Amino acid sequence: MTSQRVVVTGLGTTSPVGGDVPTTWAALLAGTSGAKALTQDWAEDLPARIAAPVAVEPSEVLERVKARRLDRSGQFGLIAALEAWKDSGLAEAAEAGDVDSERLGVAMASGIGGVTTLLNNYDALRDKGPRRVSPLAIPMLMPNSPAANIGLAIGAKAGVHTPVSACASGNEAIAHGIDMIRLGRADVVVVGGTEAAIHPLPMAAFANMMALSKRNDDPEKASRPWDIDRDGFLLGEGCAALVIESAEYAERRGARVYAEVSGAGVTADSHDIAQPDPAGLGATRAMALAMEASQLSPRDIVHINAHATSTPQGDVAECQAITNALGGEIDHVVVTSTKSMTGHLLGAAGALESLATVLALHHRVVPPTINVDNLDPAVKLDVATEQRTLPDGDIAALNNSFGFGGHNVAIAFRSA
Amino acid sequence: MASTEEIRAGLAEIVNEVAGIPADDVQLDKSFVDDLDVDSLSMVEVVVAAEEQFGVKIPDDEVKNLKTVGDAVAYIENAQS
Repeated sequence: MTSQRVVVTGLGTTSPVGGDVPTTWAALLAGTSGAKALTQDWAEDLPARIAAPVAVEPSEVLERVKARRLDRSGQFGLIAALEAWKDSGLAEAAEAGDVDSERLGVAMASGIGGVTTLLNNYDALRDKGPRRVSPLAIPMLMPNSPAANIGLAIGAKAGVHTPVSACASGNEAIAHGIDMIRLGRADVVVVGGTEAAIHPLPMAAFANMMALSKRNDDPEKASRPWDIDRDGFLLGEGCAALVIESAEYAERRGARVYAEVSGAGVTADSHDIAQPDPAGLGATRAMALAMEASQLSPRDIVHINAHATSTPQGDVAECQAITNALGGEIDHVVVTSTKSMTGHLLGAAGALESLATVLALHHRVVPPTINVDNLDPAVKLDVATEQRTLPDGDIAALNNSFGFGGHNVAIAFRSA
Repeated sequence: MASTEEIRAGLAEIVNEVAGIPADDVQLDKSFVDDLDVDSLSMVEVVVAAEEQFGVKIPDDEVKNLKTVGDAVAYIENAQS
């Protein structure tokens, strides 16, 4: 394993606050909530009837026939990945025959996979019989479908992967992409996460776990990480994709570099299937390992995009983990939770928040955490309740993602 | 009972929905695979939609014999009578 540098050269997203990167970033900086009341008939009896759907329906972007052969998560995946691909300059290079397919990979995660396709086909089976189950159901619902379709679209042949670790999946895909480059398997990897689970079954299941906010009368106030009155997360959907490549390759082709993705820390709690380790030991180790892999010390970290989903226990446990991981060096760290605006995108969360972390370093500005009306006194961190600027010079940031199953993945980024 | 032209027009709409081919291109002499870009999975979708629309059964074993739009129209006409 070489310790070669890996850089971020392309970004793409379709998110609850924007249909692409410029609109999403502007909305995050402005503190815009993507939360909506669900007015569909199927939502009527649900305990939580609020969510953060994508701002731009994929049917407005994708060709109709293309769209009908993809699960919604696959539609998001293709839209975001192609934006990132184009943004990196590699789309143009590929057209000129300057990209080696066998050195190009994909790691596009999903927490749940094509759940709406699965359930819609089950409805068809139950109501109309087996003949009416779509012959496309399997290639649409398999969790690796978004990754495979992205691989087809860009011609990736170095390996196409789908890490699955619940809400840590997006970050795990980034960790996987870094490994692919450092192991010499690829020069370029399109990494990220996608999720489309706003359907009554997952929403009922999450609500029955007591995980969702039930602030049905005020959706935009529902996601309120670290606020004393938080009552659970707001389910979001969408995708974020990053083009990462070896610094050497990026330099050779004269690519624009947003930031360096310098290392990942991946751990497991081995504590409980759904509850995080209350002492946050696994999360602490993930952050420590990400810094170690990046040759960073706590003094270098100026910003953390936290996992902070707006659940009563999780938000506070993460604060303790951050304090422990940084050895008390927290005065110079501005912490934010963009989930306050986007909701929780499950397997896409790590990817979208990594994208926000990269842009925070690139533009040296941190998006606010909205809805912190009364900071929980247990939170001893510098929470950005308004947009904040980051210092000049060499700076670094962390993005945390944790998932059911006890998965913890922290990614470290350095300014370019 | 639908006329030959009604069946062709109905199939054309289905092919347009499934594969995005302009309905006017779906003529009797056209091959689903070679001319209309309907792959094997899409063909299953076309067949299932046609079964529902025209109230007929098209067994899987028959599908491979339906090479052209005309083959499909003839099969449906025959099955309806």
